Amino acid sequence: MKKSKILMIVGSLLLLGLFVFPLWNITLEAPQYPIPLGMDIHINKFTDTHEFDIKNINLMNHYVGMQYIPETIPEFKIFPIAIGAMVVLGVIIGFIGNHKLFLAWFVLMCILGTAGMYDFYLWEYDYGHNLSPKAIMNFKNPDGSVMGFQPPLFGSKDILNFTAHSYPRLGAYFLFAGMILTLIAFFVGKKEKKA
Amino acid sequence: MKTIFKSLLVITVLTMVLGSCGKGDSKKKGALSSNAAERVYVAPGEYDEFYAFVSGGFSGQLAVYGLPSGRLFRVIPVFSVDPEKSYGFSEETKPMLNTSHGFIPWGDSHHPDISQTNGELDGRWVFINENNTPRIAKIDLTTYETTEIIEIPNSAGNHSSSFVTENTEYVVAGTRFSVPYPQKDMPIKEYKGNFKGALTFIAVDPKDGGMSIKFQLMMPGFNYDLSHPGRGASHGWFFFTTYNTEEAHSLLEVNASQNDKDFIAAINWKKIEEYVNNGGGTKAPANYAHNVYDEHTHTATSTMKKEVLIINPSDVPGAVYFMPTPKSPHGCDVDPSGEYIVGSGKLAAELTVHSFSKMLKAIDEKKFDGDAYGIPILQYEATLAGAVKQPGLGPLHTEFDGKGNAYTTFFISSEVVKWKLGTWEVLDRKPVFYSVGHLMIPGGNSRKPYGKYLVAMNKITKDRYLPTGPEVTQSAQLFDITGDKMEMLLDFPTIGEPHYAAGIPASILMPKSKKIYKLEENKHKYVTKSEGAAKVVRNGNEVHVYMTMIRSHFAPDNIEGIQVGDKVYFHITNLEQDYDVPHGFAVIGANTSELLIMPGQTKTNIWEPKQVGVWPFYCTDFCSALHQEMQGYIRVSPKGSNVPISFTLDGDAVDAE
Repeated sequence: MKKSKILMIVGSLLLLGLFVFPLWNITLEAPQYPIPLGMDIHINKFTDTHEFDIKNINLMNHYVGMQYIPETIPEFKIFPIAIGAMVVLGVIIGFIGNHKLFLAWFVLMCILGTAGMYDFYLWEYDYGHNLSPKAIMNFKNPDGSVMGFQPPLFGSKDILNFTAHSYPRLGAYFLFAGMILTLIAFFVGKKEKKA
Repeated sequence: MKTIFKSLLVITVLTMVLGSCGKGDSKKKGALSSNAAERVYVAPGEYDEFYAFVSGGFSGQLAVYGLPSGRLFRVIPVFSVDPEKSYGFSEETKPMLNTSHGFIPWGDSHHPDISQTNGELDGRWVFINENNTPRIAKIDLTTYETTEIIEIPNSAGNHSSSFVTENTEYVVAGTRFSVPYPQKDMPIKEYKGNFKGALTFIAVDPKDGGMSIKFQLMMPGFNYDLSHPGRGASHGWFFFTTYNTEEAHSLLEVNASQNDKDFIAAINWKKIEEYVNNGGGTKAPANYAHNVYDEHTHTATSTMKKEVLIINPSDVPGAVYFMPTPKSPHGCDVDPSGEYIVGSGKLAAELTVHSFSKMLKAIDEKKFDGDAYGIPILQYEATLAGAVKQPGLGPLHTEFDGKGNAYTTFFISSEVVKWKLGTWEVLDRKPVFYSVGHLMIPGGNSRKPYGKYLVAMNKITKDRYLPTGPEVTQSAQLFDITGDKMEMLLDFPTIGEPHYAAGIPASILMPKSKKIYKLEENKHKYVTKSEGAAKVVRNGNEVHVYMTMIRSHFAPDNIEGIQVGDKVYFHITNLEQDYDVPHGFAVIGANTSELLIMPGQTKTNIWEPKQVGVWPFYCTDFCSALHQEMQGYIRVSPKGSNVPISFTLDGDAVDAE
């Protein structure tokens, strides 16, 4: 089998890592939490980094009127289907072996990924800004607007007594590695055709 | 400005240091010249190297300290009620203090001993004895809670206890005050020959630590003072010191100090165990309490046991011998190899050391010197390994560092003496302040001592601390024993009398310490696992309040429909699942204590309102930023009132989180 085909197939299959490992993680540090609170985001669920972390994040957040982190969100139905479909599509394209389709798959995956991140941002924004009017504590920004508690999309940020960290986890690395392999597959395929 | 401040600070510090040197003279020089302060200093946020479980003596409790800092971490309630922790006040813990004499709110705790596997500390449980109303308790070293107490029948003055065998097969309880067996109304002067001293072997379930009395050995009516298990080659034997072999019943200070030698009783418990397993022994009626606390129901139950297996020494020939030991021996300490048994004749001029191998040989060669009540007395010279000459006055207790050295306390001459096993020479002696009883080296009573520190536990404190009226603090002293000479590093105050202690490396216990109780595993009869399940139920004049607590409110927090004369049970569940977030509960006029409830736990308080009104209740443990808001009201109407039972949170029936 041609090298490009193998790369394309392996690259697509790497996405399956997302079904096993978390995609993203948000961790909250504070003086009273020497062991930080953390939440792992999978493509189909939220999980505790340490047992009961989500319950304890909710407890902290109710003081500033934030909503509870839901048990599930609609995305958890869509993401597995989208990823599953892309894996199947990628493998089929791999067998077909047309390097232009490889690129098309990669571009589609980029669009889907960006859409996913945007969706995540919207959820985070709502989570951080849609505060209960009966919130126990209200904080204002220096400009007088109501302070939000949105965790960062990527990176670290101080929110009151907490420092929030938002970084990709192993599942995301599988995704990135898989996507890079499919891109390499495109270039290798292109070369193979010329040769 | 900063520089000026800094130089002022330097000058101040220098003045203080020089000043203290000036008047510190020879007595205080130690700490600076030897860096004692540095060696006991545990920086903020850092951990001690050892846990020390120090008996609270007549407080009835067990205190947990760190070594080398001497900082107190926790007082574990064991034999006495503790209103701070609702021990003995909550409905769940009251059964722990039940005995054949009814509920007893106080005890006298003495000798903690940590469970062992293969003769080494395993850190599963710590056992401790109660002297006054004979009992043995077991404390779980994942929760640091007392989880089992067993009463010892046919015993009084449960003092030569609660030492464990090398695989925690047994925890042993001996009788200090012999009593009639079976108990009966008889003249005290007929003591001699009629009173008995029971030595009780309590089997420990290797899985859950469950205690059950395997047998009681009915010994002559001497006073059995202390005991220790054999280890290594002597595993299978247990040694008990005796005093009052005179069998005096009055003015014992004189009448029990007449014999030149008392005995160390050597008990071959393996042999007796075999006899029992083959159906030996006599089942005798008894009445004693067995109290077990279940971590999942968060509730203790007390069962009265009605029978005990009695063994007479004459039933099992070759199982019991007496080794003559000078002058009312107290400590009976077995070295890490199991070869030497140190008898501390507390009124003797020297320290007697018996040899286990010589003892076996003497038994084999029948080198007996008569018998006492049919129990063979071995010839003194035949078992003697050696004696430490002129060691001090009033030897009490010995432990070992695992490097061939022994350390013995001397009550009368108020010192700790280091001496060498085998050569019996005195290597060092250091004064203690004052009148030391027991000492403790972590693991010093096992095959594997951690010979770094020694804690001397003193009986008298006098002028060592700021005075606090006639009653001053009790005290312990820490020595570094890594060098040739012992170095005193620290005095630290203790609760009650620091009677004896057991130490263990922190690295063994720290990883096992439980952080929370899982709510989903809570099997309490009255658990409320969510706010939606909270309710108030009337049953005649009993009212059961199923209440929850979580930062920072109770559910329900407004209750109506209670009447004067009702018996209100508050069954409160802490819904938290976060480390170190207990909540408390107190209600005005309760004749009990507060409740202190750990995450995932349920506890119950009884409240019997006597006055009409609207009465508050609140959280007693500062739990959160809104702790002060964690409160509620309960309305009490006159008896026969038609105010219906209702319970709300924020004006709504309690039904949602």
